[in-house]
Amino acid sequence: MIFDRKGPPRILGMLLFLFASSSSVRAQTIDETINELVGAVTTPFVKFIFSPLPGTDIPWIVLWLIIAATIFTFYFGFIQVRAFRHSIDLVKGDYSRPEDAGEVSHFQALATALSGTVGLGNIAGVAVAVAIGGPGATFWMILAGLMGMASKFTECTLGVKYRNEYPDGSVSGGPMYYLSKGLAEKGLGLPGRVMAVVFAVFCVMGALGGGNMFQANQVHAQLVNVTGGANSILSGEGWVTGLVMASIVFLVIVGGIRSIARFTEKIVPFMAVLYVGAALVILAMFIDKVPWALGQIVSGAFTGLGVAGGIVGALIQGFRRAAFSNEAGIGSASIAHSAVRTKEPITEGFVSLLEPFIDTVVICTMTALVIVITGVLEFDPQSGLYIWNSEAGRVATEGGLTGVALTSAAFGKGISWFPYVLAVAVVLFAFSTMISWSYYGVKAWTYLFGEGRHRELTFKVIFCVFVVIGAAMNLGSVIDFADAAIFAMALVNIAGLYILMPVVKEEMNSYLDRLQRGEIKKTKR
Amino acid sequence: MAQEVFIVAYDGRDLQVVEFAVDRAIKEGARLLIVHVLEWSPYSFLTTEELVERHKTRQQELTRANEMIMKPILEKVRQAGATADGDVRYGHVVDIICTIAKEKTAVMIFVGRSSSLSNRVFGSAASGLAQSAPVPTVIVP
Repeated sequence: MIFDRKGPPRILGMLLFLFASSSSVRAQTIDETINELVGAVTTPFVKFIFSPLPGTDIPWIVLWLIIAATIFTFYFGFIQVRAFRHSIDLVKGDYSRPEDAGEVSHFQALATALSGTVGLGNIAGVAVAVAIGGPGATFWMILAGLMGMASKFTECTLGVKYRNEYPDGSVSGGPMYYLSKGLAEKGLGLPGRVMAVVFAVFCVMGALGGGNMFQANQVHAQLVNVTGGANSILSGEGWVTGLVMASIVFLVIVGGIRSIARFTEKIVPFMAVLYVGAALVILAMFIDKVPWALGQIVSGAFTGLGVAGGIVGALIQGFRRAAFSNEAGIGSASIAHSAVRTKEPITEGFVSLLEPFIDTVVICTMTALVIVITGVLEFDPQSGLYIWNSEAGRVATEGGLTGVALTSAAFGKGISWFPYVLAVAVVLFAFSTMISWSYYGVKAWTYLFGEGRHRELTFKVIFCVFVVIGAAMNLGSVIDFADAAIFAMALVNIAGLYILMPVVKEEMNSYLDRLQRGEIKKTKR
Repeated sequence: MAQEVFIVAYDGRDLQVVEFAVDRAIKEGARLLIVHVLEWSPYSFLTTEELVERHKTRQQELTRANEMIMKPILEKVRQAGATADGDVRYGHVVDIICTIAKEKTAVMIFVGRSSSLSNRVFGSAASGLAQSAPVPTVIVP
């Protein structure tokens, strides 16, 4: 039905024609051209978002996230520690009412939100953090994950509380709704609406950047990596990988072939377990080096260990990559969490705080430990410092690798065939993240331009085009734009969270009081 | 003395089990409770789109089950002369039937025997009930 439309699919057809007709041009030129054209547009935006605070090297946006996570942690009295056990009980279904069977469970909301966040950020992003910030970045990343749990708790509670429920039973929630409705309750109707619109604009950009281009880019990198590296048939042909991925994404989000998405949703959790399992096996193989690696992570966090940026460099990279990976404070996950059926919005906040824990504290830490322990970062044993590659602006790595290729090499040191499994995992992680973000993007797009199939279709086609662009561009440009787009969402979202955090506190106190008094009881024994 | 309750696990297709249960209920003066279970696990995985549409989908599934499955079978059973009620629930078939049997203090469960390949491999509702039903269970071939 969709294919008889004459609108956006024609655009995709033109794009296909454009690529096909460029066969006379050197393939590498296509990638380079895309890189230059898109880079010229995105650079000013990236520069603005990551501009340092005057007189320091610290990007103001990173500090924005650190301060927010710290404030939420203290404001809610270390809720991530206090409610951790209760959160697990909620996910297990101990408090679910039998009459709600068939509705979205807490487990399902968490799993779906996780499939959007567990992606290339956990595999490639961590490698970038450790390569630029040294092992010490891992320490700050873990801390960011732990504190980010409070940010996620705040935004997901608000996501449920202020969601829109339509007569047909469907729901729309997320920062657009809590910013507009929540701030209106506080007498800030106009600023709330403006912030909701600005958030939606950044969310569209975030969906295209972090939720799409970065994923496609790193899928291509890993496919090149396992098919021969520089000699691979795919080397320099990112647009080919992009076109294939875009076609599959197109089939799912435009063609409505949900079976592919369903398959991915089912297999991704198993891939995540397999990934963590493989990391544990490698840690066991290098068990004698574990204390040393932990020492490197802790001392690197406070000394820099020869990394050019020192402590600040490690801290920035740790927080930056943690935020990109677990999306705490970004607002995206509250779109998925808002679908859960509950009379207590705070319960979804409790459940969501497990997300940064699983994503960052568990999965990202595993990646970082494997990279540090397997010695793919070049280390000078005499000076006890890492060798700095000033030209690349990062620690010298084995074979000059970075991103997913570095993680792959590290896993390959322990399990020689694992890079192939990793390639499959990377494709699936990237794909599930893209599908989730395409949805977040559609929600933001329709918030801006109104509901309607044509409007949704327009965004979905643009989304597919960006898959090709992301795969063709180089990692540096993609990662900068992806980060900038995602962080820009945090700019507006966190401002709104500050205004609305008393609402969350009221909900939290009321719920915890009733829980303590025994008014809220387990339904399962 | 309260009327005894027989539970019929009805999958929407197997009329034999219903007919057999109707005969028994009329002879014994029991009331039938026909149960149709929509298989559901709170631990299954959903896409984001499925997640936000779940409540709507659930309402549609319940309406369809009530209109297309429960209503016609209840009419048929009542026409045959038995007293019967219906219940449509979400969950795992065996667990739900066992729960209802306890809730309603039923005295007997009737279930059909499916011969599909997946049931042979992973076990059927009949085999599950044979192992865990709290009351005598009749498996109708």
